[in-house]
Amino acid sequence: MEFLLQPLTLLTFFPLLGVLVLLFMSSEAKTAIRWVALVTSLLTFGVSLWVLSQFQASNPDLQLEAQYSWIPGLNIYYYLAVDGLSILLVLLTAFLTPISILSTWKAVEDRVKDFMIFFLLLEVGMMGVFLAQDLFMFYIFWEFTLVPMYFLIGIWGGPRRLYASIKFFLYTMAGSILMLIAILFLGVQTGTFNVPDMIAKLPALYSSGTISATTQMWLFIAFTAAFAIKVPMWPLHSWLPDAHVEAPTAGSVILAGVLLKMGTYGFLRFNIPLFPDATVAAAPWIALFATIGIIYGAAVSYAQADVKKLVAYSSVSHLGFVMLGMFALNAQGVSGAILQMINHGLSTGALFLLIGMVYEQTHTRDIKVYGGLWKVMPIFGTIMLIASLSSMGLPGLNGFVGEFTILLGAFGAGVDGVFKPMGGVWFAGISAVGVILAAVYILYMFQKMFLGPEGSIVEEVKQHGHALRDLNWREIVTVAPLLILMFWIGLYPAPFFNLIVPAIEKLIQALPL
Amino acid sequence: MTQLDFQTILPLTILTVWACVLLLVDLFIPKDRKGFTAFLSALGLAVTIAYTIMQIGKENTGYNNMVVVDGFSTFINLLLLVSGLFGIALAYGYIKRMGLERGEYYILMLFSIIGMMLMAQAADLIIVFLALELLSIPLYVLAAFARPNLQSEEAGVKYFLLGAFSTGFVVYGTALVYGATGTTSLSGIFAAASNGTPSLLLTIGAAMLLVGFGFKVAAVPFHMWTPDVYQGSPSAVTAFMSSGAKIAGFAALLRVFATAFPSISADITNILWVLAALTMIVGNVTAISQTNIKRMLAYSSIAHAGYILMAFVPYGNKEVMSVSIAAGLFYLVSYAVTNFGAWSVVIALEKAEGKGLEISDFAGLAKKYPALAVAMTIFMLSFVGLPPTLGLVGKFYLFRAVIAGGFTGLALIGVVTSLVSAYYYLRVIVNMYMREGDPTVERETWLDFTIVMTAIVTVALSFVPQWLFLMASTAVLKLF
Repeated sequence: MEFLLQPLTLLTFFPLLGVLVLLFMSSEAKTAIRWVALVTSLLTFGVSLWVLSQFQASNPDLQLEAQYSWIPGLNIYYYLAVDGLSILLVLLTAFLTPISILSTWKAVEDRVKDFMIFFLLLEVGMMGVFLAQDLFMFYIFWEFTLVPMYFLIGIWGGPRRLYASIKFFLYTMAGSILMLIAILFLGVQTGTFNVPDMIAKLPALYSSGTISATTQMWLFIAFTAAFAIKVPMWPLHSWLPDAHVEAPTAGSVILAGVLLKMGTYGFLRFNIPLFPDATVAAAPWIALFATIGIIYGAAVSYAQADVKKLVAYSSVSHLGFVMLGMFALNAQGVSGAILQMINHGLSTGALFLLIGMVYEQTHTRDIKVYGGLWKVMPIFGTIMLIASLSSMGLPGLNGFVGEFTILLGAFGAGVDGVFKPMGGVWFAGISAVGVILAAVYILYMFQKMFLGPEGSIVEEVKQHGHALRDLNWREIVTVAPLLILMFWIGLYPAPFFNLIVPAIEKLIQALPL
Repeated sequence: MTQLDFQTILPLTILTVWACVLLLVDLFIPKDRKGFTAFLSALGLAVTIAYTIMQIGKENTGYNNMVVVDGFSTFINLLLLVSGLFGIALAYGYIKRMGLERGEYYILMLFSIIGMMLMAQAADLIIVFLALELLSIPLYVLAAFARPNLQSEEAGVKYFLLGAFSTGFVVYGTALVYGATGTTSLSGIFAAASNGTPSLLLTIGAAMLLVGFGFKVAAVPFHMWTPDVYQGSPSAVTAFMSSGAKIAGFAALLRVFATAFPSISADITNILWVLAALTMIVGNVTAISQTNIKRMLAYSSIAHAGYILMAFVPYGNKEVMSVSIAAGLFYLVSYAVTNFGAWSVVIALEKAEGKGLEISDFAGLAKKYPALAVAMTIFMLSFVGLPPTLGLVGKFYLFRAVIAGGFTGLALIGVVTSLVSAYYYLRVIVNMYMREGDPTVERETWLDFTIVMTAIVTVALSFVPQWLFLMASTAVLKLF
């Protein structure tokens, strides 16, 4: 019993209770199934708030640990714990899941039971990824998230869903198998898979030359392969637009909101503390790719005719900022990166939700057939404007705080930090242009769809007998929590920073800077 | 013959006597009641399992070091006997439905299992040869059991011809080894080979043996018979053959090389490295283009032979050998369980005249038979090595052993080919869940039982693998 009542064990596996209930329900009782899934995910969110209440913000170490020996022969542990690096992501996961489920209320009519089961399983996997502190366990959860997401895209996706789902699966798996080799190598060298133990043992191995600097770099690269594909960093991003466009709305929200963060989180949790020397050496290179990603993502976004694809490419650009901040390797950069992970989850999540809502009525995502929607759907237009402005980083909203802190960190690193040997302040300088480009593509999209003369789609929908309607209460309730957080983080981000800063300072101090 | 001698082969004796008696008893069982023979055969296996369990922890040699009992043989024997039970459960409804129900089916299986068990216990090359013949000949007959079905006859003849050919290699290798060392006993060979420089004759002899075993476990480039035989044989036979014969082949390979030939490991390790790499690559890459599920599983079984072979590569390195043997055994268990599960789903969908065996015949399975589709998904994920299945734990353990042995490059080939394999295993899932179709399925109690059991074991053991780890790591080989 003690095992099950650990707050983090409960948080990770709570959705399984919902799965268990769903298994015994008739697949005809669709509304009941939806309610069970929603209530389960809301309760999971409740558990996450309980975890937050137990969390000590001033403590930089792992907390609320649940640690048991699992496979003693190989020193593999069942080990869940949370610290400042993961607490916000855990909350984000628990927060976005019920919202996504709510968004499927009308959108998913086919095989609702299977959908909800996969969705709750996905939540288990994501929680596990953010909480596991044993590399074996982490790898299990990491790979496990692939399976439900694969089904979500492959069964409930758009017309090219088979292609997109297999591409998503194989692409992501290609990275993680390289990580597997590195994990095993580390496990053999250190004799354990427990991450804190490993971090404690590795410096001796590095200084004695048992693991040479070259090997360390290869290990770093192997982990990077897994995480960079997930983020996705340019030029490993090509699975993302396909997966996003074909995924059902809820899948896109979770994909953008949480799954991509698994990649950035992986860098933070594993790459930086496990391979400190390689991290410092590789930082400017990562920053280079991040900067290219920022500009490239923004430019390609602008060229899209499909609004979902536009938002998908904007993710490449936004996550470039996250990577840039993280590998500035100073407190500002990293804290900005973590906050920007949350921001991106909120704003891109909101954009995908809103696009999904209008798509349910029009069944097209082609930007050029839209126009003048604000007149027809004023509430929708207002909310969309807020989400867009948040995504492009307008002061007063969340995106600004994250991007500003990141750029501050990147400038700092360029003046007298890790970027000094290569790139210098150029990374920050060029990336700042990315902020402007974001305004260009986001406003372009908004202008085409919501302003100007009425688009052809308005008339077309009318011909099918029912005019475009504005958002209903369920839809407003679905996006409202996201909007509240956008303003909250934008106007008063201090409580969020307070949660993460002590852990970040500990992380940075351990680096050979 | 002392009592101690007899104790080493007690389970074998029980099963042999039982099988012989059954041959007679079967004559008096009426044609429409052959299920009774199945029951009696299973009973014999169960009794043998009980006696084998009593051997756990014992170490003995008997008959002038010809036969041995140790943790390794006991582990393998238990695995073989349980495979036998699964094999009977699968065949029970299937051969009835396909009109093949003849009592000797089960009895042939028993004889084959006896050969396999003897193989695991053999401590002399003559016994290895004897066991090889004893396990193979019933399998040749079983492969052609669906006579006068042409495909099945072809499978039987092909298997027989190539099998006989490969046995020739084993005999020839034995002769050369005898020429080099003056003995066929594994301990004698070890003693003779470790004095002085190993002769070329010995290395060639060992390589010949490797070829012979390579045929049995379907390692590339000795795999050519596998797809045709696996496809042509009745599915229940293939399920049994692809697990049992492989387990026995690996048992012999491991025992012979680890105990008799560590002195020439420098050469053999290189050969094994190449064999393992080739097997993984060819098996997985060729599987991609298959449209028939039996053929696909045949190539997948070749590929898995490659993974298991990886565990043998560092066999001359005493420090990591016990770990890699344990990893190999663990992987064998995970493969056997998954393999039986996958084949039983295939059997559930198979119709008479070889219909229902295309991968496209799985289309729409998830809608009509969700439980069956979930089970098949579990088996496919386990083959790829994805959570939450035993296959992942097995691969993790195996690759770890390979890296500990210093063969990171081989492990890299292993993971990359796993990625390749994901593509064709996923295709089955794609068909089941993402395409429309109207499959029909045979529901048979024992078949359902096998599917449910293997699926549960595949998932549950991945959460609590400790005891299997423990068992595998205590299943050590008795070295000289």
